[in-house]
Amino acid sequence: MNSIGDIWVYLAASPLLWLGMTLAVYRAGQWLFWRSGGRALFNPVALAVTLLVSLLLLTGTPYTTYFSGAQFIHFLLGPATVALAVPLYLHWERVRRLFLPIIAGLLAGSLTAIVSAMGIAWLLGGSPKTLLSLAPKSVTTPVAMGIAEKIGGLPSLTAVMVIVTGVIGAVAAPALLKGLRIQDDAVKGFAIGVAAHGIGTARAFQISTLAGAFAGLAIGLNALLTVLLAPLIASLLPFRAMP
Amino acid sequence: MIGALAILLVLQLVGEVAVRWSGAPLPGPVVGMVLLFLALRWREALPDALRTTAETLVSHLSLLFIPAGVGIMQYGALLAEEWLAVVMALVLSTLITVAVTALVMKAVIRHQSGAHRHE
Repeated sequence: MNSIGDIWVYLAASPLLWLGMTLAVYRAGQWLFWRSGGRALFNPVALAVTLLVSLLLLTGTPYTTYFSGAQFIHFLLGPATVALAVPLYLHWERVRRLFLPIIAGLLAGSLTAIVSAMGIAWLLGGSPKTLLSLAPKSVTTPVAMGIAEKIGGLPSLTAVMVIVTGVIGAVAAPALLKGLRIQDDAVKGFAIGVAAHGIGTARAFQISTLAGAFAGLAIGLNALLTVLLAPLIASLLPFRAMP
Repeated sequence: MIGALAILLVLQLVGEVAVRWSGAPLPGPVVGMVLLFLALRWREALPDALRTTAETLVSHLSLLFIPAGVGIMQYGALLAEEWLAVVMALVLSTLITVAVTALVMKAVIRHQSGAHRHE
């Protein structure tokens, strides 16, 4: 018979372990989320990430080993993003009618996301590099990293900030929107999408497919606008970080 | 289902190639999303298989972000240096952005419907 150690050596080298663990932890998180009546604290992404990071640290497993298994899930982000066209198509009539509110919300939200993040960090003594890394934090990861690099931030730091932003938006936005008495799912979804990109969009789909469709639309539009706005705002700052 | 998955992957591929070729500052999959949307509008029909596959994928969007999310463990230390400024900026800015976007949209919608009533 093999010892536990031998089995662990096999598992640690196979992509199966962390692929299976990711799926299992996600299912468990979903179950908790449903059982708690959709309580924000049990956000599936936040819960799964916390659990998996703890497991990896406890077992001394490097991220690259984890990712060699989890990459099969990660890969599906691409086709899933393309698939966001389907809810958008189904709710197009609504989008068309809300054209003006969408443009207004996008301009206000995109500008607010950049300026408020940089402003708050600046007030609390953040360094220029931190401020510039924060600027694109509400935008989907690949675009955000590109912007950070262009304006002199640190792309890997931006990637972490983007994920944390998404989780914050997913956890807190629904309660905040309720507090603000926003009842229209289209508005809810769009606001979550502008502020918290894909992770927020995943949460918006739990509200309704209409909210999800608008969140998906917001990801693309905010990415496009932030590409234009962030360098402009960064160039107005009294300092320049060396890229 | 395989046919639908093929459509999604081929459009992503076209998107990735278009982005690399043109140098547009957008991710390939977002361009693929625009292409699929245009194709659906042009055909004015949504095949059942594509709808089912797309809705299944999208309903598990949370799952798909977990591998990237776990990546925090690699760069988490970068946050440590100015953690207070960064965490406060992320939390407050995200909430303010949600509120501003929603309130501006709501105001414009109200203004629009008000304008219609006065016409």
